[in-house]
Amino acid sequence: MMRSDIAQQMAELTGEHVLLVLISVGIAVALALPAGIWIAHRSRARPWLTGFANVVQTIPSLALFGFLIPIPLIGGIGARTATVALVLYALLPVLRGTLAGILSVDGAIRESAVAMGMNGWQLLTMVELPLAARNILAGIRVATVSTIGTATIAAAIGAGGLGVFIFQGIASVDTTQILAGAVPAALLALAADGLLGLVERRLAAT
Amino acid sequence: MSAPAAIEFDRVSYVRGGSTILRDVSLRVEPGETVVLLGRSGAGKSTALRMVNGLIQPSSGRVLVNGVATGAQDAIRLKRCCGYVIQEIGLFPHFTVEQNVGLVPRLEGWPAARIAERTAELLEQVGLDPGEYGRRYPRDLSGGQRQRVAIARALAADPAILLFDEPFGALDPITRAEMQRQFLELRGSVHKTALFVTHDVREALRLASRIALVDSGRVAVVCRPEEFRRTDNAPAREILAAAGELP
Repeated sequence: MMRSDIAQQMAELTGEHVLLVLISVGIAVALALPAGIWIAHRSRARPWLTGFANVVQTIPSLALFGFLIPIPLIGGIGARTATVALVLYALLPVLRGTLAGILSVDGAIRESAVAMGMNGWQLLTMVELPLAARNILAGIRVATVSTIGTATIAAAIGAGGLGVFIFQGIASVDTTQILAGAVPAALLALAADGLLGLVERRLAAT
Repeated sequence: MSAPAAIEFDRVSYVRGGSTILRDVSLRVEPGETVVLLGRSGAGKSTALRMVNGLIQPSSGRVLVNGVATGAQDAIRLKRCCGYVIQEIGLFPHFTVEQNVGLVPRLEGWPAARIAERTAELLEQVGLDPGEYGRRYPRDLSGGQRQRVAIARALAADPAILLFDEPFGALDPITRAEMQRQFLELRGSVHKTALFVTHDVREALRLASRIALVDSGRVAVVCRPEEFRRTDNAPAREILAAAGELP
């Protein structure tokens, strides 16, 4: 392969990878944030949802991709199946962060908000979520970094991304090609971690 | 009396988890007076206070605010017409001093300019320079300053009733005395009905129009501070003696 071809392919695969991660983490946040808020206020639902997210987390990722392939609608070969698996993995950290964040709000502050005449929505948006923001963001950070790693395996079911290089490299026992996938993925993870860490510190400063 | 009391407890009891916290409490608070609920920890004072703004509903009996039972009033309206000050941690840590003070006006939908004006006015009233302290966060303030902010916040939307739950309990004696002095000064300038919970006899004697001694969930005695010193009521004499206030 020509050097420029590799560079171009690397750019394409990195783009696919980033897109896969952004969509998966985005969907996971959209699901786990409301779910976390809900179980923070409904303690009876708490063990069920966290239990579900915990169990999903224990399934080896390659196996989960495999399990999903035969399932109609969400299964099959390609990015859609991979997204479903990645969303399932990203749920737990976001759910945990949201739950921990809201539960960490001091009871006196919550009572004081209610005593000021806030309704439930105002209590949530003006007090609970701002005070939980750091924890929630920490959860999103963990979810993002681990999804960047897990997404390399998505290439095994034809979802593209930097894993393509890695699997090709393994198949042809070509260390350079493995690195061509692994190094950008690691850099992506570091960049995401640094960026979200920065946002987290900015939040802490206010 | 024909005019309704500002606050009235009408044979109120409160039972929680099998233990009776308040037993058959009746008490009238007339408009403009400061009634201090005095008693040791766990006597049920705070429970009684929290019934006034509807944070708790009585198990039996009624609490009336301006003649209407709290259960029959709009829960959010009722809370906004009662200013509420609690010990130490009631301020929102992620709000600046201005935002804390302007909260209820903001919830009430006042225009921003009017909130800013009101906030500055209140901070001056409680002895804090709005320019210097307005943009700070509660964690940058001393305990006494925080309680000033909490009082300013309670006064913000000009509520008719003020509820204080051990507001100066966590302060050092000198700051506490200073806050009490300011409380009296403020009471002279703003005509409000206040219900004030404390376990400190001296604070009660200093601030109250009338003292209601709460003992094991009952109101043992209700009288003016000068009468309280001379009463032969046993729980009252006990609490006076414990504070070294008996001759």
